[in-house]
Amino acid sequence: MSPLDGIENFLRSLVASFLNALEFFLKAFAFIFDPTNWAGDAGIGARLLAHLGITVLSILIAIVLAVPLGLLIGHTGRGRSAVIAITGAARALPTFGVLILFVLIGINFGAGLSLTPVIAVLAVLAVPPLLAGAYSGVEAVDRETVDSARAIGMTEWQILTRVELPLALPLLIGGLRSATLQVIATATIAAYVAQGGLGRYLIEGIQLRDYTRAVVGAILVAALALIVDGVLAVVQKLVAPRGVSRGATRTTSSTGMTARRPTRSPDATRTPVTEG
Amino acid sequence: MTWLWNNLGLILGLTADHARLSGIPILVGFAASIPLGWFASRSRVARAILLTGFGILYTIPSLALFVVLPVILGTKILDETNVVVALTIYAIAMMLRGTIDAFGSVSGDVLESARAQGFSSVSRFWTVQFPLAGPVLLANLRVVSVSTVSLLSVAALIGSGGLGYLFTNGYQQYFLDEIVIGIVFTVLLALVFDTVLVIVGRILMPWNRPKVVRTSALRTPQRDWVGA
Repeated sequence: MSPLDGIENFLRSLVASFLNALEFFLKAFAFIFDPTNWAGDAGIGARLLAHLGITVLSILIAIVLAVPLGLLIGHTGRGRSAVIAITGAARALPTFGVLILFVLIGINFGAGLSLTPVIAVLAVLAVPPLLAGAYSGVEAVDRETVDSARAIGMTEWQILTRVELPLALPLLIGGLRSATLQVIATATIAAYVAQGGLGRYLIEGIQLRDYTRAVVGAILVAALALIVDGVLAVVQKLVAPRGVSRGATRTTSSTGMTARRPTRSPDATRTPVTEG
Repeated sequence: MTWLWNNLGLILGLTADHARLSGIPILVGFAASIPLGWFASRSRVARAILLTGFGILYTIPSLALFVVLPVILGTKILDETNVVVALTIYAIAMMLRGTIDAFGSVSGDVLESARAQGFSSVSRFWTVQFPLAGPVLLANLRVVSVSTVSLLSVAALIGSGGLGYLFTNGYQQYFLDEIVIGIVFTVLLALVFDTVLVIVGRILMPWNRPKVVRTSALRTPQRDWVGA
């Protein structure tokens, strides 16, 4: 066989696999844009709503748990190392395993295959990034600004709510972005153990070897994650108080100091989370 | 506990799989992020394109990427390549910003003096900029390492998740011990990887001992919040 034949065969297989991929995506998009697939209890509409509902509920629970604590830690500077240790250790935990563990424990306690253990796990998983966003946001506020507020007679409560919280918002929303992406992704794998959510398409597709169905799930979940993250990115820009632009916060590139402490960079908590 | 002893062979085999399937993406991701990060630290356009592109890829939930990759790569769905490629993409996405910061953190004065001493740009990179960026690169690599080890278990849903097999199998058998053992071994493997990285860092960067301890993976909670 001459080298030219080799190249030809390679190009042929390349074109073939490209067409194959195109076919799957076209079939998947045809499925998604078919209105009949949106209706019903197991339709795209219901599953999308379930996915969003599970995500919003878990995030709200996590916000109630994490944000006040994070603000307090940022304000007082106490408990910082504990938070860092917890967020670091939490990263090593395999979410998939923890999810199944909670669900099985839920079954043992008679909860059946309900969503309660799933939402509990998702809320717990959302706590570390929210906590980190809240405390690092407050901590990143210039100490001179806080001292000035104190000097003009503000109480600690006023300092926290009127000075530190507004200035911390961009980083806090950054934490919210990480947490939300993580929850959306983990809610996807939760479809393995619970009904509902867009992950069902992926799980069904894998179990039934219906590849188009799996690709449908992948497209929908990816689109949901990208849209929600995009919306939160806009919110993150909008909540920055006027005068606190990205340039005004310390940036990382020139000094070298901050590179090791990326909490100070404006979008340090931004990097989204992937999962499930 | 008896289950652990009776199935030790299976568990160790899965641990070895897990180490291989997560170790390759960690190493390949690190190697790929160096030229990409160097390139992005020199060009604003490249920086914007690379960070946005990998940011978008990183936003895609892993199970979705695991499932879509075989279509794009032309591989079989049960092929390990899909998982390795997906985790490598995530590893690069996690490393990239930190790598750019790391190269940017090397003082311009130092680089100028190296140039004045007659270093070519290639040798200046490998003998001056890269070693000086080392501690920050290591801190990032440790975060990537821990995250990749825990993320791999999701791939059990498509048949190649290393220790993640214990989660799907344990769920099917309603067997709590198996899942707990899976979690423990995953965390232990992450710890082993982390320890290896710290030791390698100390050997390669003997001047940096106190800093390596200070910038441990546990102390950089801010970015790349990855679980699962």
